[in-house]
Formats: sequence, structure tokens, C-alpha cells
Amino acid sequence: MIGLPHYLTVAAILFTLGTLGIFLNRKNVIVILMSIELILLAVNINLVAFSIFLGNIVGQVFALFVLTVAAAEAAIGLAILVVFYRNRGSIAVEDINTMKG
Amino acid sequence: MSLAALFFYLFAGVAVASAFMVIASRNPVHSVLFLILTFVNASGLFILIGAEYIAMLLIVVYVGAVAVLFLFVVMMLDVDFVELRQGFLQYLPVGVLIGLVFLAELVLVVGSWTFGAGVTGAVTSAAPEVSNAVAIGRVLYTDYVYFFQAAGFILLVAMIGAIVLTLRHKENVKRQSIPVQNARTKAMAIDVVKVPSGKGL
Repeated sequence: MIGLPHYLTVAAILFTLGTLGIFLNRKNVIVILMSIELILLAVNINLVAFSIFLGNIVGQVFALFVLTVAAAEAAIGLAILVVFYRNRGSIAVEDINTMKG
Repeated sequence: MSLAALFFYLFAGVAVASAFMVIASRNPVHSVLFLILTFVNASGLFILIGAEYIAMLLIVVYVGAVAVLFLFVVMMLDVDFVELRQGFLQYLPVGVLIGLVFLAELVLVVGSWTFGAGVTGAVTSAAPEVSNAVAIGRVLYTDYVYFFQAAGFILLVAMIGAIVLTLRHKENVKRQSIPVQNARTKAMAIDVVKVPSGKGL
């Protein structure tokens, strides 16, 4: 019988893969953004699984809002990336030092 | 093993494997395609669990919009992705270490976790007699209507921001100017020249 722990385990593995992706592809902003999408997907799986197994629909409503923010974040992130590539001709993370932060 | 369990393991296995390929593949185009596969399998998991609306939304929003956006950007930027992968092996040990620690912690939490004694049942119950989308709509448009509007504003701001960021005016491109067109008169447009015969201009 598939229960809540199965879904939580899948979400945990996806979350770990997302963080691992950020660590491994430290130079490539596009893959880092994709890893963030994986992490948000893992969060959504958790929210939906708890929503179903606790019988409370609010978890799915919250997953909807997470989805909204993830879409907005991807759009803005990729727009910034395109503008940065136009100005500097590179998307390597170590070249993003114009502000000397 | 029941059919549902079989499909759970199928979807979960493919989702995890393709998520691994997202971060491990050499070509970012392949990464995006594996990301799409991950999202499709995750929506399969949601359909299995009974959250059909979120599953369809995942397909429409992620596969239809976000992943295609990623694909456009990856193909539009002329970047040497092989050079960007330098240092992949250098970061591998510490990355795998942190990942394993993280996974161990998460599995410990998941394994030893139970509902508390004071946990009550559903506050806003997922009514079994209506479909999933109807149940979400009943809550979303009543109790959470301000959050819904805020989400709409977030999307609006993101849309305007993306357009403002990427819009650029090239200098030497001829554009249509409607006020100039409307202000043109017959006197400005035509110039009648009397040419004497045999003289030329």
C-alpha cells in the first residue's frame, strides 16, 4: 500500500538532487535555475501529499501559489540571464561580478 | 503488488532518474528535456494520489510554459557549455557529501515521523462528492481570494518585469510613427515640378 512516507521519500530524493545540482553545476546559471525548479517540485509533492493524506484541500491551494511563484521566478531569472548575456557575452557565474558584491 | 503501487514505483523511479539526468547531463538542452520528463512523471504521481487539478496545472504551466521558456533561452544563448562544466568533478565530492547528509536527514525525518496526538482532521475538507477542481475552486475563490489576487499581481509584475528587462530599441531601424503619418498633408507629400520641354531637370 502506497502511503504518505512513499511520497515524502520521493520528494526528499528530488529535493536532494536539486541541491546537489546547484553544487555540481556552479558555473552554469541555467542548470542552477532548473535545480531550483526541481526543489520547488519536491516542495509541491510534499504539500499535495500532506493535503491528500490529511484530507485538507488547503495544501493543494498552497501548491498552486508555489507554482505561481515558481513560474514568475523562472521568467524573471531567464530575462535577467538574457540581458546579462547581451551585456557581457557570458553566463558563467564567476563572471557575474559587476556589482563587486 | 497492486496496479496503483506498480504505477507509483514506475512514476517515482522515472522521475528520480530523470531528475538525476537533469543535473548530470552534459548538454543543457538534454537537461531541459529531462526536466520536462520529471514534471510529467510528477504529475502522474499527483494523478495517482488524487490531485488531478494540480497534475494538469503542472503539465500546462511547467511543461507548456516554463520548460519551453528554458528551451528557448538555452537555444538562444550561444554559450560554450563544455567550458561551463569545468570543475564538475572538482565539486563532486563535497556536493555528494552534502547531498548524502541532506538525504540522510530527510529520510530520518520521514522515517520517524508520526502525526501528533492533537492533530485534528480536515479544517477545510476535501469533499468526496465533488471533483478535485471544484473542491479547490470552492476554497480558492472564497477563503483565499486575496491570496489568489496577490498571485495574479505577482504574475503581472513578473510579466512586466520580463518585458521591460528584455525590450530594447535598435537605433537604425525604421519604425512606423502614426502621429507623423496622420500629420502628413498633401502639400508635404507631393511636389509638382514644371519641366520645360527639351531642357531636362
